[in-house]
Amino acid sequence: MDYIMHLSVLVGVYAILGLSLNLVVGYSGLLSLAHAAFYGVGAYGSAILMKDFGFSFLSAVVLSVLITMAVGVLIGLVLSKFDGDYYALASLGFSVIAFGVFLNWRDLTNGAFGIFGIPKPEIFGYKFLAGEPYAFLVLLAVIFTFLICYFVVNSSFGRVLKAIREDEKALQVFGYKTTLYKLAVFVISAGLAGFAGTLYGSYISFIDPGGFDDLVSVNLIVVVILGGLASLNGSLLGAAFFVLLPELLRFVGMPDSITGQMRQMIYGLGLIALMMYRPQGILGKFRL
Amino acid sequence: MIALEVKKMKKNFGGVKAVDGLSLKFEKGQITSLIGPNGAGKSTMVNLMTAMYPPDAGKMIVHGVTLEKWKSYNMPTYGVTRTFQDVRLFEQMSVLDNVLVVLTERGVFRSLFETHGELHLKQAEEILKRVDLWKKRDEKAEDLSYGQRKLLEIGRAVAMDADIYFFDEPFAGLFKEMVKTVVSILHELKNNGKTILLIEHNMDLIRELSDHVIVVDAGKFFAEGEASDVLARKDVVEAYLGE
Ligand SMILES: Nc1ncnc2c1ncn2[C@@H]1O[C@H](COP(=O)(O)OP(=O)(O)OP(=O)(O)O)[C@@H](O)[C@H]1O
Ligand SMILES: [Mg+2]
Repeated sequence: MDYIMHLSVLVGVYAILGLSLNLVVGYSGLLSLAHAAFYGVGAYGSAILMKDFGFSFLSAVVLSVLITMAVGVLIGLVLSKFDGDYYALASLGFSVIAFGVFLNWRDLTNGAFGIFGIPKPEIFGYKFLAGEPYAFLVLLAVIFTFLICYFVVNSSFGRVLKAIREDEKALQVFGYKTTLYKLAVFVISAGLAGFAGTLYGSYISFIDPGGFDDLVSVNLIVVVILGGLASLNGSLLGAAFFVLLPELLRFVGMPDSITGQMRQMIYGLGLIALMMYRPQGILGKFRL
Repeated sequence: MIALEVKKMKKNFGGVKAVDGLSLKFEKGQITSLIGPNGAGKSTMVNLMTAMYPPDAGKMIVHGVTLEKWKSYNMPTYGVTRTFQDVRLFEQMSVLDNVLVVLTERGVFRSLFETHGELHLKQAEEILKRVDLWKKRDEKAEDLSYGQRKLLEIGRAVAMDADIYFFDEPFAGLFKEMVKTVVSILHELKNNGKTILLIEHNMDLIRELSDHVIVVDAGKFFAEGEASDVLARKDVVEAYLGE
């Protein structure tokens, strides 16, 4: 039972990440490989605020989401200079930089040793321990994130994002300052990825730079594309698939020692097959 | 009264002088046709006026205000809108969304707290019925026929409720019925005092619709005047047919 709860928490964290990234990749057509950076900033931010500065969980979450959004503004401004392939490459650069910062700013992040003993959330005197309580907390967080994303994509703002994805240049002629829209959705998305980071760190109680490297950014892209571009339900499916695939492999009798590598390979193959036969992803409605 | 004036516009693509010091004037409330052989620089001119790319030189005077620089996203402020020769729709969006997106809020923050209002929907319905696409409103733009796509683009431009419209070959590839629809839309816009720049190759349509015709060739001004006069000129016909 505990193990199922553990997996549920991980699915939930990836669901929030997937939803957040889908706003940028699926709806706006911006292939961002920067999201591990925001995930990491959220996780490190809240861990440091709680451990070193004695912040409560809620205030640490709010503040680190705001910090992540601020970082999102800076990165988003730089990325607004790029298009297409260059956008993807430049955003990947930010994942690499963020990893470097987590690894080398030792005074703050404790470098390669990571941060231990991150406290569990305590909200109004109730402590969310691992197991059902934490799974419940994450479920609430997923619902909250889903609602935000649903609201965003179904607003006039969301329609503009889709039009940017389809033909940004043409849209401008109709009076839209598209760079502002791209920046806004990027910052919202960054904040949500940071939110996922705060939940993850507090749950796992130990974070190190390896949890937020560029491979994480790539995996998140896979979650979004596999589940479905521009489909919120797709991101939930993609997250579940990503987290549960190794369990599935173990279930069919594959030894633990290779499920990790197998996951990456199956993921890679799945992505290639998808690009060939269903480029919009399983539940997706749009092609990139 | 002049609604829009362009002065000494220039644009080179590599070695090609696509537009070479062209000046144009558009009389308010009239249909001005811009004609000339393939590659004369007609579309480039419209692209420059709507800032799809920057000119190498040139000025634009809109409603009496001289602009040294202009941006695409300010076109509605200048009262300008357009269609594209190569039909640029928001392909994977519904027909309805293709129109709604030009009707709704432009402010980033306010657009977050708005879906479309009843009024927007009403306007979109009116326009889509005008171009005979209301029944297809839930289909994706990319699934329409070529003619329907052209009509949707024209509908989207009409939805902008601009003062000045640039139509880049709106009749190309249309069936008879569709041509009639577009002709009636142009008449209606003109009757409402709108200024229209029409790029067209069909001589009958040019005669039927134009108040004034400007001929360009190789990026340069060639001739202008009333349709019947200009189209009767031997040098114009020769320019059109190529030497
Ligand atoms: N984006 C571009 N890049 C490079 N060359 C271009 C570009 N756009 C136009 N040209 C060139 O500029 C010249 C003018 O092209 P333009 O499309 O303006 O002609 P046009 O008068 O609209 O012709 P048509 O009647 O065929 O539409 C052509 O030689 C064309 O090849
Ligand atoms: Mg042309």
